[in-house]
Amino acid sequence: MPIEVNGKSLETDEEGYLANLNDWVPECATVMAALEDQELTESHWEVINFLREYYDEYQIAPAVRVLTKAIGKKLGKDKGNSKYLYELFPYGPGKQACKYAGLPKPTGCV
Amino acid sequence: MADFEVPELKEYPVVPMPKDGVMSHLSPFVAKPEFQEALGYPGNKVQKEGEDPKYILIDGWKEKAIDKMGDLLDRYRGFRVFMDSCVKCGACTDKCHYYLGTNDAKNMPVARQDLLRSVYRRYFTFAGKYFPKLVGARDLTEDVVDEWYSYFHQCSECRRCSVFCPYGIDTAEVTMAAREILAHIGKGQKYDNEIIGKVFTIGNNLGLPERALADSLEGLEEDIFDDIEVPVKLPLDKKGADILLVTPSADFFAEPHVDGLMGYAKVFHATGANWTLSSKASEAANFGLFIGSYENMQRISMRIREAALELGVKRIVYGECGHAWRVGYSFLNTLAGPFDFLDQSYPIPQHICEYTKDALDQGLLNIDKSANDDMVLTFHDSCNVARASGMGNYPGGQFDIPRAVIKAVCNNFVDMEPGTTHDATFCCGGGGGLLTDDLMELRVKGILPRASALTNAVKENGVTHMAAICAICKSQFTKVLPYYGFTMDQIVSVHQLVSNAIVLESQGEEDNDSDDDDAEE
Repeated sequence: MPIEVNGKSLETDEEGYLANLNDWVPECATVMAALEDQELTESHWEVINFLREYYDEYQIAPAVRVLTKAIGKKLGKDKGNSKYLYELFPYGPGKQACKYAGLPKPTGCV
Repeated sequence: MADFEVPELKEYPVVPMPKDGVMSHLSPFVAKPEFQEALGYPGNKVQKEGEDPKYILIDGWKEKAIDKMGDLLDRYRGFRVFMDSCVKCGACTDKCHYYLGTNDAKNMPVARQDLLRSVYRRYFTFAGKYFPKLVGARDLTEDVVDEWYSYFHQCSECRRCSVFCPYGIDTAEVTMAAREILAHIGKGQKYDNEIIGKVFTIGNNLGLPERALADSLEGLEEDIFDDIEVPVKLPLDKKGADILLVTPSADFFAEPHVDGLMGYAKVFHATGANWTLSSKASEAANFGLFIGSYENMQRISMRIREAALELGVKRIVYGECGHAWRVGYSFLNTLAGPFDFLDQSYPIPQHICEYTKDALDQGLLNIDKSANDDMVLTFHDSCNVARASGMGNYPGGQFDIPRAVIKAVCNNFVDMEPGTTHDATFCCGGGGGLLTDDLMELRVKGILPRASALTNAVKENGVTHMAAICAICKSQFTKVLPYYGFTMDQIVSVHQLVSNAIVLESQGEEDNDSDDDDAEE
């Protein structure tokens, strides 16, 4: 189903990931989260922004391990674990957070 | 959590009453034409304005499907035998985890095969051509194609049913043939085909580019050093290395896979091996097997040969990946051989568990078993290792060797009940190219027999953790066992256990390289 963002209709795939990564604007995350009854707090945005930075550099989403390490460094050890990330993104930081950040879904045996 | 009913765990196995069509609603997403074409298959798309695109059968699909079936019947003698030889004895009916978990009659292996067999009869047998109703032959229609697409993606090609079939009919071969026919008429599966495309363009299932891979490996080296203050390396594209390690890309990315990768690295470090990973062959997995495509399986395999030649290695070792090991152990030589340029005194290829077992036997590893004393372990035999390959140079090595490695590094190990292990092992529920969110209902239901056996082992023997040597099994378990009350961290890699227990000298490189097999040239 296409999503409406800033008056524009953006194509998504069967699971709601953006079809064209260049379509992403921050409002995409808000719209996608609303569709899943989630509210985005400052903590969510910290993760989303990190994902986008990482993707810009490496053309792939970071491994959960890399993500937890980076979040731990930035926000303190108590947040550098997957429990914290799963609390923020109950469907999995890898998949749900990537979707909000406009990144393609990690594929393979993961 | 789920919009379907999670089956109830029972104390003892119950063979369910068959129900008609309760899983007929479930089909995976169809591959887009561009993913189809990258693999040499046709694709077709229609899209109405404001709607999502639909991927439809190609023109002339019916003739093309029958032609393809004829081609496969000629190419694979086994396939024709499997189409002809079923006597409907029913031995397979209650052996499939998907039948036991879903109760759908068409998930009985014989019924699944008959979806294809009935069409085979219609077009390829005398009786079926002239008296179709007498022999259960049916015309190929679009409804039949849809049924194939649904139910041949409810088989994980695990081959448990084949163990019990008195004729040895290999259901996996039938499923593979069906998927190959479907792909040839525009109905390939999105998950599998998109992934194979990534192997061709980027080098691995994940789509992990070389720079990201290098960065990940560096990060792991740091993590190991922070942990044990030993400079264990994870070399990438090191020319002149003796050993090329090919491993599933999930080992670079997912938990607990990555802990296993660190375990391999520590074993190589301890044995003084000169080893490397390859950015070209940064994937052991070979989804060409799952979709029944010899051509794609061969193309994927060739990367490993090319990487081995370019790097000038003498040995190839496979990391923990079930179906990769099947392709490696059983088919690599015919797909990508001859491997006459490798050292012939080692298995080609060799499994990491064999490598570690040899090192343990030679006393090269300093092990502190108490490091795993917080766990009581059991072991899940992965289907493709257990039933489709071997390990070591004797029958049954694929069962003993991983267990021997676990027992050498852990004090507490118990097997799950017989009939659920070794060659009768139950599939994890996500194998054979089905490890995708669009099949979550099937994955949750199909894990039932394994979850039951594990639950019994927990209750009776105090098991706390289950180890596996397959990336798919590990991912399926961490994701789906929580539906049955387990936690993600109860699933471990075998080499994660090795990693916990191995004691490495903290003073620089080892200088005790003996004249054993791992000495550098």
